[in-house]
Amino acid sequence: MIGTGFIYAVAGLMFAAFAILSATDRTNPKRIGNAAFYAVLAISFLLGGKLGDIGNGVLVLALVAIAGSGAMGRGGRATTTLDERRTEAARLGNRIFLPALIIPAAALGGTVLFRAIPSLVDPKQATLVALTCGVLIALVAMHLWFRPRAATPLAEGVRLMDAIGWAAVLPQMLASLGAVFALAGVGDVVGGLAGHAIPEGSLIGAVLAYTLGMALFTMVMGNAFAAFPVMAAAIGIPLLVRHYCGDPAVVAAIGMLSGFCGTLMTPMAANFNLVPAALLELKDKNAVIRAQIPTALPLLAVNIGLLYWLGFR
Amino acid sequence: MLVLCGIAVIVAGFLLRFNPLLVVAVSALVTGLAAGIEPLAILAAFGKAFNENRYVTVIYIVLPVIGLLERHGLQERARLAIAKLRGATVGRLLIGYLLFRQLTAALGLTSIAGPAQSVRPLVAPMAEAAAEAQGLPPGGDRIPAMAAATDNIGLFFGEDIFIAIGSILLMKGVLEGYGIVIQPLHLSMWAIPTAIAAFVIHGFRLWLLDRRLARAR
Repeated sequence: MIGTGFIYAVAGLMFAAFAILSATDRTNPKRIGNAAFYAVLAISFLLGGKLGDIGNGVLVLALVAIAGSGAMGRGGRATTTLDERRTEAARLGNRIFLPALIIPAAALGGTVLFRAIPSLVDPKQATLVALTCGVLIALVAMHLWFRPRAATPLAEGVRLMDAIGWAAVLPQMLASLGAVFALAGVGDVVGGLAGHAIPEGSLIGAVLAYTLGMALFTMVMGNAFAAFPVMAAAIGIPLLVRHYCGDPAVVAAIGMLSGFCGTLMTPMAANFNLVPAALLELKDKNAVIRAQIPTALPLLAVNIGLLYWLGFR
Repeated sequence: MLVLCGIAVIVAGFLLRFNPLLVVAVSALVTGLAAGIEPLAILAAFGKAFNENRYVTVIYIVLPVIGLLERHGLQERARLAIAKLRGATVGRLLIGYLLFRQLTAALGLTSIAGPAQSVRPLVAPMAEAAAEAQGLPPGGDRIPAMAAATDNIGLFFGEDIFIAIGSILLMKGVLEGYGIVIQPLHLSMWAIPTAIAAFVIHGFRLWLLDRRLARAR
């Protein structure tokens, strides 16, 4: 059955190629650091299932050591100049958008198709498998169209990957930190503290503690998924649902969305906030967060109001 | 109480601008030790979770496609396409993209767009071209940052309307742990009021952006 094995093989081979291209890039004084970082990621994707838990832990330590010591830089392989790109844009016209549309079209069509044939593709991975197929189809199509040298797409990929750098694995690291937090019982302790902080008999106090707690804990963990079980256990279920007879669907849904407001305001949500800033080569790496805060704060207030007025009828 | 030291490590590490990967690793170690877990067991737990969460990092396989398209002038073509469109403003463009992102995410199509797939190659250059036509000098973080922000807001406040998205399944699972059985549709229905509010609030900010650019002229 086609599933994560196929997806991880493609990702692993790509990172292996990134490692080789980085190692041979003489324009990058930190090429060894970049090559080592991508090589460790390639090992994780290709062999992670066979290394055992400690082995994977050692891979993580290697990534942290490379990134933490500032050993990563940006490669300087030649790409096209702005003038060349303008000429290409004029020559190719709007046809250039077609390959860019292959990936979303394949992700959409493949998801529908693969769900219909669960014996061939793991239904849980249907979208990622379809996305991977879309990438491969787009690469083949562009190869036939542009006739680039074999290494060119990968070299252009490294150029973008170098712009993101170590931030690329921060989301995966935070998800893993969440697992350690769960093992250590952090959620229960936070829940106990939050329970003490609310004045007794105050519905608005409980609603505020729950929604603001979701937003704040999400900001620390970088992920509303990590915050939800904690705040549900602390306030959502015992107080809002059981004590004040709130509608559990409203409490859960609006609690999660309050957490999403927190996601908009934290550098810990690296994949949403730091990675785009790096990809867009912004001077201020917090520029995306700054652009989001004026939407996130009023929306959090709206969520508090919605929960208070819709949740307890 | 001691296990909360890990959270303090994260906050302090960020304020002191240490490398975030290092901060996360130290936080895991501190939290684990405070809970009385052996160092090797902490390493194993972290390694296991890291391996199980590899799918989070898979999205970068789109980079060779986007990079090659950029090499052949994708961003420049996106700028040209907007410059030719009469009446295109950065606010109208991003409001349209916000609506597109919310509606497609609500149908479960979360990975058809994103910072690598759509913002860098298409939306940001289009927004910059429109803003330049409105008299904003080129360069600067403001417009591309707003394009990335619009992508996030559209995704976050659209995806929860889809019944098979991760967060809905997580909520369903957590509630079931307390003996509360809820249909995913019931949960996703309650995401709609916030989705509308997000569109109104962010759309209003984008409209204000257009107005400010018009006044500055």
